[in-house]
Amino acid sequence: MSAHDIAIEPHHGGTTKLFAMVWVYLLVLTGIEIFLAYERLAVVLMLVILIGLSLVKSALIVAYFMHLRFERLGVFLLLIPAMVFCICMMLIWMFPDSLRLMELRPH
Amino acid sequence: MSHMEAEGIVQSNWSGGTSPFAMNSKKLGMWLFIISDSLTFSALLIAYAWLRLATPNWPRPFEIYPAIAFSSLMTFALLTSSLTMVLGVAAANRGDRKKAVRYILLTMLGGIVFVVLHATEWYKLIVVEHVTPWSNPWGTPLFGGTLFGLTGLHMLHVTIGVIYLGVVAVGFSKENYQADDVEVSGLYWHFVDLVWMFIFPMLYLMSVNPN
Repeated sequence: MSAHDIAIEPHHGGTTKLFAMVWVYLLVLTGIEIFLAYERLAVVLMLVILIGLSLVKSALIVAYFMHLRFERLGVFLLLIPAMVFCICMMLIWMFPDSLRLMELRPH
Repeated sequence: MSHMEAEGIVQSNWSGGTSPFAMNSKKLGMWLFIISDSLTFSALLIAYAWLRLATPNWPRPFEIYPAIAFSSLMTFALLTSSLTMVLGVAAANRGDRKKAVRYILLTMLGGIVFVVLHATEWYKLIVVEHVTPWSNPWGTPLFGGTLFGLTGLHMLHVTIGVIYLGVVAVGFSKENYQADDVEVSGLYWHFVDLVWMFIFPMLYLMSVNPN
């Protein structure tokens, strides 16, 4: 087969069972988040836990529902690192300042 | 067999004439759109988180019942519509048009349920609680601005997604569209679901009434 014959075929990765399992995991993680809302944790701790769980959930969605796990590695490298870098650049300005302002608040 | 191979030269993926990402341009275009849209939502969510942490009198009006129960139901509707969408894409790839269209219609139903529940909630907030983007009865007016701004932009995405899926369902059943068109619309739909996975905890669960 020559390089010109590389077909752009749709990816058939994933079975109904796998997708149903991912759906169950997503529901369980959402359930944990809602349970945490009952616990009335401190704001920063709550924010960190919720964002951590949301990142896990979005990774599941991107990897399985959006099929990124079944694409070539090059697609991942094209898309994700640049996005993460941009988000980190936004966070660099925002978070130290918001935490500083929170510390300045009258308690 | 190509000329290059005949000469025994290893051809790189990047020397032209091949598809290095093994992906058609529609799908790559949708992925690039999703990345740029995710940065839009990131900017809004980060700005919201900054305000949320830095503002002392941030309102926390949501009770577990009905507000959180309601938004949890919305999350469930959206997550389930993502499952039906992925099954629709799988059916489309198998060439089962009838089943694929049925799954896409179920996905649209999930989206419509989400929008209707969300509109009900907005109605309650605006008409009963008198929350506007510039005022509310509880604390800093920024609460209404960020809430309506973020959920409004997301609701717009869901609404556009339902229309988009409707167009794809009709086109696919008439054989005007192919399986890869269904897959591209699925990417968009999952992205809308993904964004809600951040908006729901950050806007609703972070504002549960502490008392």
